[in-house]
Amino acid sequence: MTRFLASIGRAVLSALASVGSVALFALETVSHLFRPPFYGREFWHALIQIGWLSLPVVGLTAFFTGGALALQIFAGGSRYGAEAVVPSIVAIGMVRELGPVLGGLMVAARVASSIAAEIGTMKVTEQIDALVTLSTNPMKYLTLPRVLAATIAVPVLVAVGDSVGIMGGYLVGVNRLDFNSATYLKNTVDFLETWDITSGLFKGAAFGFIVATMGCYHGMQSGRGAQGVGAATKSAVVSASVLIFAANYILTELFFAA
Amino acid sequence: MIELRDIHKTFGSNHVLRGVNLSIPKGSSMVIIGGSGTGKSVTLKCILGLVTPDQGQILVGGQNVEDVSRDAFLARFGMLFQGAALFDSIPVWQNVAFRLMRGALKRPKAEAREIAIEKLRRVGLKPEVADKFPAELSGGMQKRVGLARAIAADPEIIFFDEPTTGLDPIMSGVINDLIREIVTEMGATALTITHDMTSVRAIADNVAMLHDGVVKWTGAVNDMDTSGDPYVDQFIHGRAEGPIAAVR
Repeated sequence: MTRFLASIGRAVLSALASVGSVALFALETVSHLFRPPFYGREFWHALIQIGWLSLPVVGLTAFFTGGALALQIFAGGSRYGAEAVVPSIVAIGMVRELGPVLGGLMVAARVASSIAAEIGTMKVTEQIDALVTLSTNPMKYLTLPRVLAATIAVPVLVAVGDSVGIMGGYLVGVNRLDFNSATYLKNTVDFLETWDITSGLFKGAAFGFIVATMGCYHGMQSGRGAQGVGAATKSAVVSASVLIFAANYILTELFFAA
Repeated sequence: MIELRDIHKTFGSNHVLRGVNLSIPKGSSMVIIGGSGTGKSVTLKCILGLVTPDQGQILVGGQNVEDVSRDAFLARFGMLFQGAALFDSIPVWQNVAFRLMRGALKRPKAEAREIAIEKLRRVGLKPEVADKFPAELSGGMQKRVGLARAIAADPEIIFFDEPTTGLDPIMSGVINDLIREIVTEMGATALTITHDMTSVRAIADNVAMLHDGVVKWTGAVNDMDTSGDPYVDQFIHGRAEGPIAAVR
């Protein structure tokens, strides 16, 4: 019994230590935002890698999600004779929840993994040590540009995803569910409020920060060899995904709780 | 120039360094020899500040390294890593000129590139290599690029971590000769860690034998064969029998 309780205690302490370690890592990253030098070239490179190159995967995910959402809402709404709510529910669902969450998850899959693998490999091959000997702080050179780029790029990706998702719903609504084109667009615009959109963009920024921070953190903590880098990559994606869901709930409570 | 006083370092239950004392005179080339896992790399990383010692003092140029500005301290060093540790995402010339493109030693891009090409030429690489990426180079060429990067800012002190590991004997000889020539012509203080005895004889002025976290013997390379130290004798002759356990 004592051994069982001790093992629970160790697990709890280990989990708390991990939370503390991630929090300190995130705080240190943010602190470098206010302390030069800044590496603009690395920031732009990260912005292209994280933002521009994630557009196809986020766009396609949003497009099909918007289409499927329109079909589901139509099927569900028809039970109560409420088919007309399809445009507004698709729009609100996309911009408030599905756009940010699915965008964040797709970026987590694509970006957190690649950041963790890249930094993990750099650590294993002593490139991080080499940076230090070349008077370059790895947190400034590797972490801050990626975290900043993701925090800026993901809201933009979410905005694009929202638009593409709504368009997916529109195409399905008009071509498959026989909605009038003008009516669909009018219902979409009329029921959508500015806060619906901006709250989703705030979520996107939070998710971008989470994704890049977890990628960098696990990369920096990577163990030795291919197995160490593999484990870091897996941990980055899993932790980023779980934190996105947790942050989404907390932000939704903050933004929309009655 | 570099002095280590009673350096201790423990990782978990592994007491790697147990009181390392070592003195490296200015302009000399010191080689630390010893088996795998005896603390050679940790010693080197302690000097560079990549690992913080648990106890002891490290003096560089008479100053305690803890009392000097980190950037100013590191600006005096160049280092060739075991696997070269080149940055994959940037071309060779930017690797070489890395220190010259940012921070206190920043130069205009064209000048940095010119210096990089000159350093590449110094290590026997043609200017065409400058625009390639590290992954396009052989292991020997990567080591040379690493060497060019180490000397790019004309450092006072150069560290070489296993400079010939993974190279064929001919390329090892080329790297050894380059290290010796460069250290001599720059007048730099060099610290090399290796277990390649050919490298030791080619590079070293002085040798330190590290075993079990302490320096067992130190002296001039010419005295190494007649040291009478059982650890040194066993190591340089590669004997399985002796005070150093073959299985560690």
